[in-house]
Formats: sequence, structure tokens, C-alpha cells
Amino acid sequence: MSGERKRHVIPGEVITSGSYRAEQNTIQVGDNIVSTIVGLSDVHDGSVRVIPLTGGYMPKDDDLVIGKISSHSSLSWTADINSCYVGMLPASDVFGRDYSSSSDDMTAKLAKGDLIAARIVNADMTRDPLITISGRELGKIDSGELVKISPNKVPRLIGKRGSMIQMIESSTNSQVTIGQNGLLVVSSEDPNGLLKAIQAIELIEEQAHVANLTDQVNEMLESKSE
Amino acid sequence: MGGRDTDIVLLDENGIRCDGRKVNETRKVTIKAGVLKNANGSAYIEFGDNKILVGVYGPRDVHPKHMSDTDTGILRCRYHMAPFSVGERKNPAPSRREVEISKVIKEALEPAVMLKEFPRTAVDVYMEVLQADGGTRCAALTGASVALADAGIPMRDLVAGCAAGKAADAVILDVNNEEDQAGQADLPIGYMPNLKKITLLQLDGVLTPEEYKQCIEIGIDGCNQVYEIQKKALQDKFFATGEKQ
Repeated sequence: MSGERKRHVIPGEVITSGSYRAEQNTIQVGDNIVSTIVGLSDVHDGSVRVIPLTGGYMPKDDDLVIGKISSHSSLSWTADINSCYVGMLPASDVFGRDYSSSSDDMTAKLAKGDLIAARIVNADMTRDPLITISGRELGKIDSGELVKISPNKVPRLIGKRGSMIQMIESSTNSQVTIGQNGLLVVSSEDPNGLLKAIQAIELIEEQAHVANLTDQVNEMLESKSE
Repeated sequence: MGGRDTDIVLLDENGIRCDGRKVNETRKVTIKAGVLKNANGSAYIEFGDNKILVGVYGPRDVHPKHMSDTDTGILRCRYHMAPFSVGERKNPAPSRREVEISKVIKEALEPAVMLKEFPRTAVDVYMEVLQADGGTRCAALTGASVALADAGIPMRDLVAGCAAGKAADAVILDVNNEEDQAGQADLPIGYMPNLKKITLLQLDGVLTPEEYKQCIEIGIDGCNQVYEIQKKALQDKFFATGEKQ
């Protein structure tokens, strides 16, 4: 098998055999490397992985995610992060170490339904993933349009070294905050730019599996700007 | 079982069965993946006159909470026949038979799905038989495995189901309702074609050791045929439009 080319695979399909490392979404069965998911196989530098085309978001350490506060206890908020696990945001993360549940009002800072940009601190699966909103570009989101796409299509939206998203941002004059969990916040001064950016994102979501998507998106962005 | 007396000719002198098939021929199988918008994964399967809709939800929170497992995700299956799926109205409450089939399908899928990656979650598989014509457990299993793949649940292999059996003293592939009722044996098989492993094996009726071997052999052959259709269903959904990257 030549290897380098990306192939469409389904669960159970043999990708390659021989001395390869089985990485994401693959398992080793005897001498063969087998896919465990529907996706595109990628054989690279002696390792094999499959880029998924379906499935939900699994929290990973250091991922930027966009979440919606779903509830709070006296010590922490829980946020829906578009995953099978909920994000836990400790109150001390917002109020500092001298947080006291009797004197500080948690709902004054973050109420149910608020959107936050957060980073995943600890996702070891033994408990719900811990998130933080202290850091650059993190915190409560006050303005912008929320767009939801499939989490598997986020890398496609970003493009190689951010090429795709930079192209959208510069040509529509908008800012896009991308959560790895498939939630995005698009904001722009110009309402037309905002609409166009959302249309471009929807196009990428629909056509993610097609080659030379960048040209297609570029074409779409330019045609509407006249 | 054991050959009830009926007027129906299960196998004529030319070796043709009551529905016009040869002894080693399956019924026509069509599968479509991704038919339900609200489910994470879904499939619709027509296995001859069987029509089954499968929806997969999850991985998601486990309710009731005490069922959750901190080491692994759990698989829950529900096989259900719609009241209109058979000639006489079927009571929609789960029967003994449905509870049994739910259990065997769950156990047939468990070796394939890799739920260790999702601790404390559940994956729910709902199989709804809209029209039944013998061999629904194999058809439901086949559809469920496509729906699980559609939902993006990691799996070691797909599971294909097909029954073999004995009617009119001949070993036959893919037993239909008449052959099930009037025939001598029914042997449903669930099979992982790439791993070459059997995950479901039941036998209703009596077979000699020799017949049993033949049944397994043609049953696995049937599963391999069904697998090709499963594969095509997934390819049609995910790779039909656009070329490779």
C-alpha cells in the first residue's frame, strides 16, 4: 500500500499493514492497522491516524471551547460544552482564592444562559472536565452571533495554519472565536460582513469533505462583495 | 419448530424456495445511513420484507445515574416491534421475546464497540421494527451497527447479521417468515467480517453436526454479503459527493 494518499475508511477496514504506529482512531489487529471510525486515513511518518467525519466532541487539555452556563452550585458553575461531559468552572477561578460562598454572589458574575469562552484545564475523564475563564481571550462573551458546526469540521474551518479563518475574517471584516467543540462566535461592526462570514462558515460545514474548498470559499466571499 | 404441517411448498423439485430464491441466496437488502435528524446516528434497513429503523443516541449522560460505570461507557439496546409490524396487532408493551432480542443484540454489539473511551456515559440504540417478516434480529443487528458507525462510536469492526437454517430437509440461507414457521431449524448469526469473529449465535430447532457446520458456513457467507451492503451505505452517506482530498 502506498500510504501517503488519504483514503476513505469505515470501522473495521484495514488501512495498512506492517511496522506503523496506530494513533488516533485506529487499532492494531495482528499486523494490520484498522480504522475504528468513518473518516479519512492519514499515513504519515510511520504513524497512522484517521480523521473522523462524524462523532461528538471529546474534551482535550488546553482546548478553547465555547460554553453556556447551565447551572451553579455554591462552589462551581457547570457549562454545557457541546459534549457528553459538562464543563466544571470553579467559583475560585472567577472570585480568586479568597472566595466565600456566603459573601460572593455567583449569579452576579455569571448567570444561567451566559456564554463563556473557556479553556479546558484538566480532562482526564475520571471526572467532569475542569475549565477556566482566566486568561487572554477568555471570559464571558457579551456580543456576537453564535454559530454551531460539527466539531469534526473545526480543523477544516481553521485551515492550514489558520489560512481559511484568516481569509474569512479579513474579507468580511469580522472576528471569529472558534471553540474546538464546534461552537463559534462571530462578531462584526458591519452587518453585511457578519452575514457573509456566517454564510462562509455554513458553506465550509456543508462542503468540508471536498478538495480545494479554499478556492470555493474565496469565490463565494468575492462574489458577494461586489 | 420441528416442521409443522402446512400446505406451503418450502422447496420445490428445482431447488427453488417459496419466495423464489435459491437455497444459498439472501433476500434483497438495502440500507440507508443517517435518516434521522435528531439522533446522533441512524439507519433504515430493508431486509426482504423486514423494515427496521434504528436510532443511536450518545455517548450521553446515564440516567438513572446508578447504572453508570466509572471505567467505561455502557451500551443499552431496545428492540421493539411496532403494533402494525405484524398481521395481528401486537401489544406495544415489551414482550419476553423483545426483551430477549434486545439482550442478544446488545451482547452481539458489545465486542465491536469501544466504549472504554467514554467512561460514565451511555450509548442508546433504539431499533424499531416497522414491518416484520422473519429474521428481524439479524436485520436489526445489521442496521444497529451501521447506525453506531454513523454516530461516530469507535468500533473494532461492523457487525453483520444473517440467519441460516433448515427447511424441507435442506440447509438454507436467510430464513424468511414462512420457513421459520414451517421449517426445521433457524440459526441466526452475527459476524464481524474483518476480525472473522462470531458475536451472535442462536439455534432454534434441531440440526445434525454436519448440517450445523454447513449452516455456519453459508451463514458467514451471508454475513459477508450483508457486510458489503453495510459498507456501501456508509460510503454513500459520507463519501458520495465530492472527490477525495
